[in-house]
Amino acid sequence: MRIKKHPILEFPVKKKIEFYFEDKKLEARDGESIAAALIANNIRIFRFSEKKQRPRGLYCAVGKCASCLMEVDGKPNIMTCITPVKQGMKVKRQKGRGDLI
Amino acid sequence: MIRKVQMAVIGGGPAGLSAAVAAASQGVTVEIFDDNFIPGGQLIKQTHKFFGAKQHLCGTRGMDIAQILLDRCTQHNVIINQQATVTGVYANTLGVLYPDKFEEVEFKSLVVATGASENMIRFVNNELPGIYGAGAIQTLMNVFGIRPAQNVLMVGSGNIGLIVSYQLKQAEVEVECIVEALPQVGGYQVHASKIQRMGIPILTNHTIIRAEGNEQEGVTGAIISEIDKDFRPVPGTEKYLSVDTICLAVGLTPLADLLEQCGCKMTTISELGGRVAVHNHYMQTSRPDVFLAGDVSGIEEAVTATLEGQLAGLAAAKYMNIGNPLIIQNKMNEILIQLNEFRDGPFGEKATYGSQRLLKEYSYE
Amino acid sequence: MSEDQNNLNHSTIPEFLTDILPPEERILKRPVAIIECFQEIPCNPCVDSCPQNAISIDEGINRIPQIDYDLCTGCTLCVPKCPGLAIFVVGVDKEDKTKGSVTIPYEFNDLPQIGEEVIGLNRQGKPVTPAVVKKVIVSKITDKTAVITLSLPSEFIHEVRFFKRQSSK
Ligand SMILES: Cc1cc2nc3c(=O)[nH]c(=O)nc-3n(C[C@H](O)[C@H](O)[C@H](O)COP(=O)(O)OP(=O)(O)OC[C@H]3O[C@@H](n4cnc5c(N)ncnc54)[C@H](O)[C@@H]3O)c2cc1C
Ligand code: SF4
Ligand code: SF4
Repeated sequence: MRIKKHPILEFPVKKKIEFYFEDKKLEARDGESIAAALIANNIRIFRFSEKKQRPRGLYCAVGKCASCLMEVDGKPNIMTCITPVKQGMKVKRQKGRGDLI
Repeated sequence: MIRKVQMAVIGGGPAGLSAAVAAASQGVTVEIFDDNFIPGGQLIKQTHKFFGAKQHLCGTRGMDIAQILLDRCTQHNVIINQQATVTGVYANTLGVLYPDKFEEVEFKSLVVATGASENMIRFVNNELPGIYGAGAIQTLMNVFGIRPAQNVLMVGSGNIGLIVSYQLKQAEVEVECIVEALPQVGGYQVHASKIQRMGIPILTNHTIIRAEGNEQEGVTGAIISEIDKDFRPVPGTEKYLSVDTICLAVGLTPLADLLEQCGCKMTTISELGGRVAVHNHYMQTSRPDVFLAGDVSGIEEAVTATLEGQLAGLAAAKYMNIGNPLIIQNKMNEILIQLNEFRDGPFGEKATYGSQRLLKEYSYE
Repeated sequence: MSEDQNNLNHSTIPEFLTDILPPEERILKRPVAIIECFQEIPCNPCVDSCPQNAISIDEGINRIPQIDYDLCTGCTLCVPKCPGLAIFVVGVDKEDKTKGSVTIPYEFNDLPQIGEEVIGLNRQGKPVTPAVVKKVIVSKITDKTAVITLSLPSEFIHEVRFFKRQSSK
């Protein structure tokens, strides 16, 4: 769901890159956050809570809550809203707290 | 080896950028630390023309103001560290966390311009994916060019709720309605009028009581209800709205934890949005080497954030005995006049009242 | 949503409006700006936008803008400069008093074409009359805010404040 035409803004065409979500290859644009890339691909469920396994997604988009934490390249608790997406990155839904080691 | 800077600024929004430029113009070497990977704070997502007077760049779109401030930083050799989250402030050092390292930075003076975080309210299922803060919706739409929703329920009719509703329509997203718990619209009449003439209803004395949804899709709907004067839902007035997204624009709280952690005297003033550091006219806290500016000193707007930033930067230079104290004092006096002029309306009353209370506490020291 | 809810609070606008409207003879002379900005907010770009100095704000920037209808030429330059999108220009045809025009600031995709038939909406977004697009201005000065003039029956010049295209839902 990318905006193609906007009355005020111009979105310069950015380089397309590829990343993986749950082992599925998806397209992103260079320079956007992981969270933005996921939402552009219509993915809103980012993780499941620890006790009740309830779904969580993006909330503040500026690194001030902890709703969008995901597992990125094997590391848990990555704030996907303020981390840029990179070519070949492997992003996974986080379950619970994520294992630290 | 600990890196040393004369002045460190936490936060790269209008307040932090302005503080940096003001200090650098007096000869101070300045570094900004901002946790995002795009500098500019809240401004980068404001596509609308700003209010204010000419010297405040009024009539210019927020995102263009960010660029103007960033250019001034470049002119003054201000270094902006991005993806640099300040995790703690100690006697005279900062702890800064980057994606791949941790660093300690020593400072002679510090300006805290961390802005604010968005408030949350209570309703059933309020953590479902598809419920966003207004700032998040703006970031997705206006920074990344992503349409985050098909149709939205907006909660809150302050300026942010009104402006984001307008911006959603500009991105061709439907706004079902705006609910407002108070009996009147919170934001400016001119913003509300823009929304209403597009046919978006503003329902006062209403709130959201429940989000509907599931594990696969997140939000699929919302239940709103009328509320009485004690904010209790009126039974029988519930209404179901089929929306895929709920946007919360229910206020901001200053991000003042670093100030509290580093030992600044704090107080709670609801007019300013919650817990704030006690400070004087020149934005100096009870810790003489620590200054603050912008939303972290009380929720206001970009113009006052910019003016406060300039004050803080100049005051920090003066504190370090850098620059000409007379020139600095004159500049500070001018800025104070502008601040008063800006706040001299009914909408500035809260801020004025809040800062007067702060000043009182400061002078009791 | 019921009519009542839609009108909440902002039913006050037409009330205020009657206090500020120029006399009918003035509107017949030439188009005139109507400033629908009724609160003391810290803002004043309208003052500088007017080449005739017709708009003023007393002491500081927080007072309500005042317009001198004798100075206003109806040039529409102020319309895109107001961040509140609160200034409209209205006019009535001298030859045929049943014909009127309203100029509106517009910041959406797909600008209407000159000559296109659109639906005039009132302050609550309710359709009130068909209208025809007479003029569309977008230039560097307007900074992406289009300035659109509609022709419509003159009885609606104080009512129509927005429009929708027939193609839209
Ligand atoms: C929808 C909306 C519409 C608005 N419209 C207007 C308007 O029309 N006119 C107007 O004047 N104002 C407007 N504002 C308000 C204005 O944008 C803010 O008041 C202003 O941006 C506050 O500036 P600031 O520098 O204090 O904070 P911010 O702009 O929030 O910047 C703070 C920065 O600090 C960073 N930060 C926070 N903590 C840390 C940390 N620990 N380490 C490193 N970095 C950190 C943040 O990520 C951020 O980049 C609007 C705001 C919103 C949300
Ligand atoms: S229409 Fe022209 S003359 Fe009239 S107030 Fe606006 S800018 Fe001034
Ligand atoms: S520019 Fe517009 S919103 Fe600002 S004071 Fe003038 S009329 Fe009001």
